[in-house]
Amino acid sequence: MIDVLTRVIAATAEGGEEMPSVLAVPLDELIIGLIAFLIVFGALGKFALPKIKATLDERADAIEGGLQRAEEAQAESQRVLEEYKQQLAQAREEASAIRTQAQADRTSIVEEARGEARQAAAQGTAAAEAQMAADRAQAMSTLTRQVGELSVELAGKVVSESLKDDARVRATVDAFLDDLERQAAR
Amino acid sequence: MISTTAGYISASGGVDCHLMSGCGFPAPGAEIFLFEDIFTVQLASLEFGFSKVTVLLLLGVVLIVGFFSYAFRKPQLVPRGAQNLGEVGYVFIRDGIVRETIGKGGEKFVPFLFSFFFFVWILNFFGILPGAQLPATSIFAIPVAFALIVYFTWVPLGMIKQGPIGFFKNMMFPPGVPKPMYVLLAPIELISNILVRPFTHAVRLFANMFAGHLLLATFSIAAFYLISASVIGILGSVASFAVTVALTGFEAFIQALQAYIFTLLAAVYIGSALHAEH
Repeated sequence: MIDVLTRVIAATAEGGEEMPSVLAVPLDELIIGLIAFLIVFGALGKFALPKIKATLDERADAIEGGLQRAEEAQAESQRVLEEYKQQLAQAREEASAIRTQAQADRTSIVEEARGEARQAAAQGTAAAEAQMAADRAQAMSTLTRQVGELSVELAGKVVSESLKDDARVRATVDAFLDDLERQAAR
Repeated sequence: MISTTAGYISASGGVDCHLMSGCGFPAPGAEIFLFEDIFTVQLASLEFGFSKVTVLLLLGVVLIVGFFSYAFRKPQLVPRGAQNLGEVGYVFIRDGIVRETIGKGGEKFVPFLFSFFFFVWILNFFGILPGAQLPATSIFAIPVAFALIVYFTWVPLGMIKQGPIGFFKNMMFPPGVPKPMYVLLAPIELISNILVRPFTHAVRLFANMFAGHLLLATFSIAAFYLISASVIGILGSVASFAVTVALTGFEAFIQALQAYIFTLLAAVYIGSALHAEH
C-alpha cells in the first residue's frame, strides 16, 4: 500500500504539471463531500432515524412492560393460590371439628333418647296400671250396683212384696251386699 | 509515465494492446483516479467541477437517504421487510459501536455515526458496483471532508464537556504515568491527538480504497492484456481474471470493514471528548 502510494507520488512528481497528486484536495471536491454528508446526516437524523428510535424504544417498553405484567400476574396467581390453600385447610379443619362434634352429639342424643324412652315407657306402664285399677274399681262398683238392683228385683218378685219403703229396701240391699262382699272376701 | 498513461488509455479503449504485440503492459497508475469534469459551475471565485466522483456522491446520497426513508417511513412495532433490514443496521450502530465505545451519553450520536457508516459504506461499495466501479472514498478529498467533520465535532465537544484547559490537560497528562515521563508523553499526546488523528483518520480510509481499486484495475487490465496466441498468455489471462474475481470478494469485505473502522474511530474520538480518559 505504502509502495503504491510512493510510486504514485513519485510518478506524479516525474510526470509533470498535467498529473495532479492523488493526495491533492481540491476545494470544490472537499465542499461537495461535506455537503453530501451533511445532506445524508440531515435527512436521516431529522426524519428517518427519530422514527425508528421511537419505535425501538416503544418496543423495548412493550417487552419490558409485558415482562413486568407477566411477573405481576404470576405473583397475583401465587397469592390467590396461597389464599385458596389456606381456605381449604381452614375448611378441612372446620369439617373435622364438625365431624367430631357431630359424633359427640350423636352419642349424647342417643343416650338422651334412650333415657327419655325408658322414662316414657315407665310412665306409660304406670298410667296403664292406674287406668286399669280405676277401670276395675269402676267396673266393680257398677257390677255391684247392678247385681244389687237385680237382686232386689229378684227378691221382690220372689217375696211378691212391694218394696216401696226406700229405707227398708236400702237396708236390705246393704245387708245383702255386705253378705255378698263377705262371701267374695272369703 | 506519460506513455504508461497512454498505454492504459489505449488498453481500456479496446485498442489492440496485448502480450507479444509489441506493446508493454499498460500498468494503471494514479491517472485512473482522475476524471474529466462533465460540467462546471462557477460560484463566486470557486469553480465546482461535476465529475464521475460527484455523480457517485449524489447517487450515494440518494440511495442511503432513499432506502432508510423508505425502510423507516412508518415503523411498525413488529418489523417487516425493509424495516427489518434497516433496524439491523440501526441496532448494529447503536449497540455495536455507540454503546460499546461511547457508552453513557452516546445515544444522541447514533444518527451521526449511522450516517457515516452507511454513507461511507455505499461510497466504498461503488468500487465493485458494475457501472460505477470507483470507490468515491478513493478520491482523497472525500475522506478528508469526512474526517474534518469528525474532527470539528469531537474537539469542540471535548472543550465544552471538559473545559478548554481540562480538555488539553486530560489529553496531554493521562493519569497513571511516572511524572518525568510527561516530558516525553505530553508533546506526543498533543501531536498525535490534535494533528495526526484527523490525518490518519482520513488516510486510512482513502489508502485502503485507493489501493484496492488500483489492484482491481491492475488485474483486470492484466487479464485483458495477456489474451494472446500463446499458452502462457492464456494461462496468465485466466489466472488474472480469477484473481480479479477473488479480489472483488475481498474488496467487498474491506469496504465494509473500512466503513466500520472509520465509524468506530469517530465514536472513539467522540467518546474521548465526552469522558476524560480513565
